[in-house]
Amino acid sequence: MALAPGAFARHRSAMRKRAAVFYSLILTATLLGLVVLAVLIVDVFRDGARWLDWDFITSFPSRFPARAGIKSAIFGTIWLMGFTALFAFPIGVGTAIYLEEYAPRHWLIQILQLNIANLAGVPSIVYGILGLTLFVRAMSLDRSILAGALTIALLVLPIIIIAAREAIKAVPNSLREGSYALGATRWQTIWHLVLPQALPGILTGTILALSRGIGETAPLLMIGALTFIAFTPASPLDPFTVLPIQIFNWTGRPQDEFRGLAAAGIIVLLGILLLMNTGAVLLRNKFQRRDEG
Amino acid sequence: MNNPEKTGGHNPASITTPKGAEAPDTSPDGSEQQVEPRITIAEDLLERPESAPGAVSGASAKLVTKDMHFFYGDFRALRNISIEIPENRVTAIIGPSGCGKSTLLRCFNRMNDSISGARLQGQVLFNNMDLYAPGVDPTEIRFRIGMVFQKPNPFPKTIYDNVAFGPRINGFKVDMDQLVEESLRRAALWDEVKGRLKDRALTLSGGQQQRLCIARTLAVQPEVILMDEPASALDPVATQAIEDLIRVLTQRYTIVIVTHNIQQAARISHRTIFMTMGDDRAGFVVETGETRQVFTVPKDERTEAFITGRFG
Amino acid sequence: MARNRRARRLSEGTIHTLLLLCALVSIITTVGIVVTLLTESVNFFRQVPVWDFISGTRWTPNFADQSFGVLPLIGGTLLVAVGASIVALPVGLATAIFLSEYAPDRLRRVLKPALEVLAGIPTVVYGYFALTFITPNFVRFLNPDAAVFNAFSAALVMGIMIIPMVSSLSEDAMAAVPRSLRDGAYALGANRLQVSLRIVVPAALSGIIASFILAISRAIGETMIVTIAAGAVPNLTANPFEGVQTMTAYIAQTSLGDTPQGSIEFLTIFAVAMTLFVITFLLNIVANLVVRRYREVY
Repeated sequence: MALAPGAFARHRSAMRKRAAVFYSLILTATLLGLVVLAVLIVDVFRDGARWLDWDFITSFPSRFPARAGIKSAIFGTIWLMGFTALFAFPIGVGTAIYLEEYAPRHWLIQILQLNIANLAGVPSIVYGILGLTLFVRAMSLDRSILAGALTIALLVLPIIIIAAREAIKAVPNSLREGSYALGATRWQTIWHLVLPQALPGILTGTILALSRGIGETAPLLMIGALTFIAFTPASPLDPFTVLPIQIFNWTGRPQDEFRGLAAAGIIVLLGILLLMNTGAVLLRNKFQRRDEG
Repeated sequence: MNNPEKTGGHNPASITTPKGAEAPDTSPDGSEQQVEPRITIAEDLLERPESAPGAVSGASAKLVTKDMHFFYGDFRALRNISIEIPENRVTAIIGPSGCGKSTLLRCFNRMNDSISGARLQGQVLFNNMDLYAPGVDPTEIRFRIGMVFQKPNPFPKTIYDNVAFGPRINGFKVDMDQLVEESLRRAALWDEVKGRLKDRALTLSGGQQQRLCIARTLAVQPEVILMDEPASALDPVATQAIEDLIRVLTQRYTIVIVTHNIQQAARISHRTIFMTMGDDRAGFVVETGETRQVFTVPKDERTEAFITGRFG
Repeated sequence: MARNRRARRLSEGTIHTLLLLCALVSIITTVGIVVTLLTESVNFFRQVPVWDFISGTRWTPNFADQSFGVLPLIGGTLLVAVGASIVALPVGLATAIFLSEYAPDRLRRVLKPALEVLAGIPTVVYGYFALTFITPNFVRFLNPDAAVFNAFSAALVMGIMIIPMVSSLSEDAMAAVPRSLRDGAYALGANRLQVSLRIVVPAALSGIIASFILAISRAIGETMIVTIAAGAVPNLTANPFEGVQTMTAYIAQTSLGDTPQGSIEFLTIFAVAMTLFVITFLLNIVANLVVRRYREVY
């Protein structure tokens, strides 16, 4: 005689059916995002691949699709990211060191931490308004690379701070105590022991933050970077354009040729991001392996 | 992909009792009845005379393992386990730490299933049916074979909802209030919590939490309760309460208890299984027998060494 | 030796000060944002009564017949954010359950970074995808009368973009639920579905809700997708197949035009940005509070 007869068996069988349905639902949900990602990539390549050639990389923007390229956008992106890193990296790491190694337990510090978390959630366009008011107007930097880099630096700063704090936190305390026991000062300990240990993690976080910055469009629109630029910048005070702005510009035009150019620009942008992220992952893996060895 | 609900078959009622065993609650056709679990509330605890300690010959084997080996990947954790767990007895499993006591316990309700790479060879019989046969639903086994863990693990819900959880997920259609009260009474917790059933279970003390976990297990009316060092995280007073409870529960349930505490095994169990491990760290059974015999005249010198504290 | 020590102490002090200054940059940023928005908003509200702004249903700063009711922009923002949430919250939560409770370790290690890629794609790319692929191939398929610029397309693509925000924060919360609770439920005969929905999700609820709020906040603040794909007409509607203008899109689109600085049209940017900032800031604070206050003690 069955031990689980009748209604019991029916309940168990219903449970199993529900479980199977649920499993297929959540599996579908998990795959949904990846499927859309695949469709997006295929679509972009289908639209843009035929516009992507060496001339596209080495030409300036043009009214004529056949002659248009992204030379100024690539140069602008490189300039912009260089200066962004120059500002954001030391300030971000400095903040992280302060919070992890120096900050007293005080409610003001708590506010500071909360503030950093909230800054990470401020819409990027609001940073654009700040940049417009503070850097473009008040500091008279105009629509220059410097104004753009400062704006993007403020935007990615919270990301760098959070990543750098994690990396510094992961350095074992015994290391610091060992150094103090030898009479080293706090800064000597940080400079010679903590930072070298934390550096791969900090760099990984910085690369990821910059790859976020590279794709930003809205704040640069705000500071007025949507202009026709047919030259490469020679100084940080020159006007500039960047890849996402160029893509936005082409996307907004009705002609299919320009949409094709936008897609080609997207392929280049995604390629750069892929390179940066691969770099970050390799860095992290190398670091982990060294840690184990 | 790892589909966790691997039941492998389409036969939900594949676990059956041996011929002649009583299954009092099933109507002959099993079709139109209400869901009526084998619960008769407030049944006299002492109604089964054959459950009295000492009546060994009358007890049948509830759980049997035959030539069972257990592996984690390539590592053999248990070697050649052939034991019998008699019905309505407390069987204690003792042995040095790391010898696989808990692993063995978790073989009885297939809790090892979720560990990737875990593999069992041989047979584990429950009421003479193979628990690891294809088509057996592990969730059904676990509902018939309850388990109490080393550390009290009440759910972050109310006391009431903790006890009602098992009956609800298993589709019991019973007077839930009454079932909760009865389960708490049997776990000797009712008097302490009857006024605060809607409080969070985490507001209870450690000992109360563990008795709540026992009540939670009793509520689904299992035939067997597996206990994995249920008192090791508790203070002496709470331990005493759990041990008293186990004694009472024997009259109704088959209990298998893993314990580190040799005195505890001697105090509460009828039978004792002594395990140890070989040089390959695989656990195996050295000796089984009536607890009195194992503790007074052990057959194996390794057992003697262990219970007299010279080893482990 | 003594001089050496004094020099060391001096540089320690300098470094401490420098690091403190670095940390202050974050505070200055916040102060800068608030002061900028507030100053110009005050100028705006000298000319437009606050109540007209908050309760008005017409937003026509560029028409001769000027009207400054922000509700159409808030309505457009909500329509897109709600649409994105309808996609991202259930899908993100389901993904988190799959990753945390079902996927074997090796699969999870592949799936998680793959999903994170979704959050790393620049928003201008999503805008392009919404306008040139989703609208003609999917939205027009559902409703042939849908506008070229419509809320549906932007909401759908934005929803996909924020899936990883929901899934990774929710999964973190679920991973923090101790294994012993799952074991306890399995030992009572629960299957994986029941353990997931009745034990793990309730125990991780505060983290899950926080992930929802942060994702909604992100959707409200997102600019490029809506600027490219949702339209540029302030439109108080609940029909997702129409074009709408969100707060962010209004700011971006106005800044692209040749609005004279100091004019009332120019000041609208700040009033709208202030509204946007307050909404997202409050949502972020609430998310932080939810995590703190309702963190389960297991």
